Order: sequence, then structure tokens, then C-alpha cells
Amino acid sequence: MTTETLLKNGKAAAALLAGGIGALVMGLLTTISEGVASFSTALNWYNPAGPLSGKTTLTVIIWLIVWAVLGKQWKDKDVDFDKIAMIAIILLLLGILGTFPPFFDLFKPAA
Amino acid sequence: MEVTFRESWGVLHGLIFGALFLLAFSGGIVGLYSLRPEFLTAEGLKERMGRLKVWVSSMAAVVWATVLSGTYIVYPWYRAKPAEGTTDLSTYPRSLLLSAENTAEWHKFGMEFKEHVAWIAPIAATVVAYVIVVYGPQLVKEPKMRKALMNFFVIAFTAAAIAGVLGAFITKAAPVH
Repeated sequence: MTTETLLKNGKAAAALLAGGIGALVMGLLTTISEGVASFSTALNWYNPAGPLSGKTTLTVIIWLIVWAVLGKQWKDKDVDFDKIAMIAIILLLLGILGTFPPFFDLFKPAA
Repeated sequence: MEVTFRESWGVLHGLIFGALFLLAFSGGIVGLYSLRPEFLTAEGLKERMGRLKVWVSSMAAVVWATVLSGTYIVYPWYRAKPAEGTTDLSTYPRSLLLSAENTAEWHKFGMEFKEHVAWIAPIAATVVAYVIVVYGPQLVKEPKMRKALMNFFVIAFTAAAIAGVLGAFITKAAPVH
């Protein structure tokens, strides 16, 4: 007879929450770039692709850092998975909202 | 019949990588949904789990290939600025769309939405692939985890589908030659 060792849910919760935060960062960077021209210019890290290069690279960097930190904190823990999963989904949806032109256009300075 | 170098990249980005991710989604979501104790024998779980890990990891890789090729290869051709005084805008899709009132929204709404929302798909798909690979057969005993992963997967698909559909329309209105 063998006993099965179950993994704690912390690793999964960390991945989900970091994913939600990554999506939110993408939405925030998109919206702020539309509203603040100097911010958009600062994100022009690769001229052929323009500010999209900075927005996407910064998003991926922040997402991976958050994932690494949360993953380390929670790897051997059981956390409130339902609550964290719900927050992660909301953050994902907010991230999509931030990339929606009728939304980010609200923050564009008046011409 | 001729396909230019740029058109080949457009096809690779949208019709090969992008479409592959969207087509593979149904297999992934069904695989995830069916990880239920009442559906599986121990032998069946072993066989299915191996396939699902490869399937979702490949999907994550493909969606990364889609956004990276789109952002760093195809998009620079799309947004290239014509020299002053250029009258033929057919090789400058962004400028071509913005030059007419009835096509400008394809850029202002379509491309602006597509280029940003698409990046949410690889993030969400990577999370799904990671959790499936790490937790493996344990997911059969984790209905809440499976549900959260399915939600992430559906959102990844939705983001990719929005980008894909808008990309198809934009390419029809102003192709990258």
C-alpha cells in the first residue's frame, strides 16, 4: 500500500494570481500610455514596434517577478484558493478592459 | 501567384500560429473538463494526463510564437511611416487605414485593441500549462483548481479570438505586402 503525497495549492494560486496581475499591468500600461504621451514615449524600447515593445516587455518582466516572489512565498502552503482564484479572474478581466479602446480613450487628453 | 516575404510572415503569424492556438483550444478545454474521477480509470488518467501536458504546453508555446511574431515582425511593417509626399500607401497599412474616414476605425479600434489584448492570451495560457504540468493527476481531486484553470483558459481563448478576428478584418482592409 502506498500513501500519496498531495501538493499544497500555493504554487497554483501563485501562478494564477501572478497571471491576473500580469494582465492588469498590461491593461494599466496601455491606458496610462494613452493618457500620458511622455510615458508612451518612454516605453518605446524598440523603435520599429514603438511603445508596444515597452508595454509588453515590462508586462512580462513584472509578471515573472511577481510569479517568482509569490511562488517562493506560497510553494509549501495551502492558501485560500477560491478567494485568490476569484481575484485573479477579476484582474484578468480588468486587464482586458484596460486594453479596450473605448475605455482607454476616456483617459486621452483633450485635443 | 506570388506570396511576398512579408505576406508569408503574416500567414505564419495569423493563419498558422494564431489559428492553431484557437483550433487547439477545444481539445485543451475538453481534456481539462474530463479530468474527473467518475470519468477515468487509473490507466486512463495516466494516458490522458501525458497527452494533456503536451497539448497545453504546445498551446502556450504556439500563442507565445503568435504574439512575438506579431509584435516584432509583422507589426513594424504595419506601422511603418511613409516618406513625406508618398501618395501610394498600399505598403503602409496603418497610414492607408487612417487616410480614409471609413477605414480609420480599423486602426483606431481594431488594431489598438488587437495589439494589446492579444498579450493576455500567452500569460493566461502559460499559467494553465504550468499548473497542469506541476499538479498532473492530482487535478482529478482538485475541482476548484480545474474550474479556475478552465476560466483562465476561456479568457486566453477569448483574448486570442478577439485578436484573431480583428486581425483578419484588418488584413482584408489593408494587408501587409
